Amino acid sequence: MSTDTLQELTRKGYSAGFVTDVEADTLPPGLDEDVIRQLSRKKGEPSFLLEWRLKSYRHWLTMKEPRWQAVRYAPIDYQAIRYYSAPKQKPKKGSLDEVDPEILRTYEKLGIPLHEQKLLQNVAVDAVFDSVSVATTFRDKLYKAGVIFCSFSEAVREHPELVERYLGSVVPYSDNFFAALNSAVFSDGSFCYVPKGVRCPMELSTYFRINAADTGQFERTLLVADEGATVSYLEGCTAPMRDTNQLHAAVVELVALDGANIKYSTVQNWYPGDAEGRGGIFNFVTKRGIAHRDAKISWTQVETGSAITWKYPSVILKGDNAVGEFYSVALTNHRQQADTGTKMVHIGKNTRSTIVSKGISAGHGQNTYRGLVKVLKSAQDARNYTQCDSLLLGDKCGAHTLPYIEVKNASSQVEHEASTSKIGEDQLFYCRQRGISQEDAVSMIVNGFCRQVFKELPMEFAVEAQKLLGVSLEGSVG
Amino acid sequence: MALLSVRNLHARVGDKDILKGIDLEVGPGEVHAIMGPNGSGKSTLAGVLAGREAYTVTQGEVSFDGQDLLSLPAEKRALAGVFLGFQYPVEIPGVGNLHFLRTALNAQRRSRGLEELDAMDFLQLAREKAKLVQLDTAFMNRSVNEGFSGGEKKRNEIFQMAVLQPRLALLDETDSGLDIDALRIVAGGVNALRSKERGMVVITHYQRLLDYIVPDRVHVMAAGRIVRSGGRELALELEEKGYGWLGLEQAKAPKEARS
Repeated sequence: MSTDTLQELTRKGYSAGFVTDVEADTLPPGLDEDVIRQLSRKKGEPSFLLEWRLKSYRHWLTMKEPRWQAVRYAPIDYQAIRYYSAPKQKPKKGSLDEVDPEILRTYEKLGIPLHEQKLLQNVAVDAVFDSVSVATTFRDKLYKAGVIFCSFSEAVREHPELVERYLGSVVPYSDNFFAALNSAVFSDGSFCYVPKGVRCPMELSTYFRINAADTGQFERTLLVADEGATVSYLEGCTAPMRDTNQLHAAVVELVALDGANIKYSTVQNWYPGDAEGRGGIFNFVTKRGIAHRDAKISWTQVETGSAITWKYPSVILKGDNAVGEFYSVALTNHRQQADTGTKMVHIGKNTRSTIVSKGISAGHGQNTYRGLVKVLKSAQDARNYTQCDSLLLGDKCGAHTLPYIEVKNASSQVEHEASTSKIGEDQLFYCRQRGISQEDAVSMIVNGFCRQVFKELPMEFAVEAQKLLGVSLEGSVG
Repeated sequence: MALLSVRNLHARVGDKDILKGIDLEVGPGEVHAIMGPNGSGKSTLAGVLAGREAYTVTQGEVSFDGQDLLSLPAEKRALAGVFLGFQYPVEIPGVGNLHFLRTALNAQRRSRGLEELDAMDFLQLAREKAKLVQLDTAFMNRSVNEGFSGGEKKRNEIFQMAVLQPRLALLDETDSGLDIDALRIVAGGVNALRSKERGMVVITHYQRLLDYIVPDRVHVMAAGRIVRSGGRELALELEEKGYGWLGLEQAKAPKEARS
């Protein structure tokens, strides 16, 4: 096919790239202990949290930014970033009527209406705008079922004992450079607790939006499923188009106690930068879950955005019979770079993990799968199955697969399958000969390639993910 | 007026000339068979007509229903009503057979200003057409051609043709790799789709297929040219004598053969 069509089509717009004009309460750029104290004071936090932040900050100062990942970017100036930006609003929001209408319109434009009468059926949404959570829907209905679903700040105020008990229990503040930074400065995020034996009656969802310029987004999500509880959670992300890079360094911690079941799905569409690689979000995220006895944690991610993606949603299979799953579609187009994968750490007996990773590279995109399967001595009869498939569209992109396997128990079974294919001229011609346009054919073939992962998404979002992939890829075959 | 009119068509792959001056007229309602030894350019002719980009047309013209076919990209040719039954149908993992076909049919309907068919109406249509080639519905829900046997793939091609109802069908070695039962089923499907409006070009290596699909005209290709044309008795003659004598004749008198 002609390069013209290719170039024309890859110039497509990023539809979530607009800026909302709202008055914001911000801290000046820069980071020191004073900034952290101010931030903590603004949020009216208890002292245990301030202490934890300071400890994290002091530890962060001793750490170096990691350099092992297969991505390239100019050094990040941590003193040029604003660590707090919150839309101005009344101190406590009793109802949605008190949320700035501009913000409500922003979410509406993104297809996430926050008014309950227009809501997605059976999905509760926590909307995080820059550094703070602006609205959480369906709270009463959830509360009746005993489920706590609120912003992290509220959880700190209203359920400090739960926060103190679980915060940092899966991702300690010293875990890595970006996790330490997040622990020091995280501003808000979502909190969820599902009590013993409760099956959460609806899908939970957090929708992250970066709006303000030069602001970093450091949110923190903590999700606890008590014994025998079940919950399905989805996060979505977008940001305006800007010429400068913005840092997003989040931490997600999942705790699945005995027999609990957590399904965590992500559709990430942060601004990827333009075709020449200007702008875009630097996405450095630490996500980890701990699965106790008979518990199950399943990560599903569809990553189409960000200039740089650095994330490895992991499961520590601590209890016997625990199950971990990772289903991922990562797409890199233009100059996007992704270094993503998972870690499955088998500790308990008879633990099982499944990894299905689908990498798609187009344009000048670089896509690396990096995964660790670790079977400790205690993990008798552990089993892992890994499948990594890469699809190349064009001849200027790259796909790399870096599996790390460490096995210390001889009774375990670890399988790894990998494939790399180029989208076939024959496949395209076959579709076009039936009257299907080139773009639709590419999108159809790519969606077929990803089907194993899409079928893991909650239904409402599987459709979204397919559309998103179609848009992100338009005409990217060379 | 001819539905398809090919004049002095030359085409190459890379720097290798494959078609060296093809002339062919196919009228509505006619079935033409193109026979010839391996490497004579039969499949190339089908590929060039369908718009495969690996081929470069260096000379000649093709009009389809009064339009300049060579100026259109592959999908526009399909929308205009040109269908290619593939010799090697392509597998598309993860894409459902019916989803694929519905997308194609609706693209064609849109281009003709018709309303798209919804899933229910389409399913009904698909069920009905599938009977032509004895496909069961379970098989239609698998991924496009993935894990299909050779016979299933060919039946699937004819099934697609039955749903898409093209003006011109180019069937490229639809009989290759079929046992006699599958051959009967496929030929039965093709025969059921013969109509006054539809032209067909059936490419085959063996005359066997023509016992089931009886052509109006038979053309013999060798070394990139049509060296003989005639009625169906020509196919029988070939069966008797093989292709050997044609090579000689074509080398000696290509000009007469092209008339």
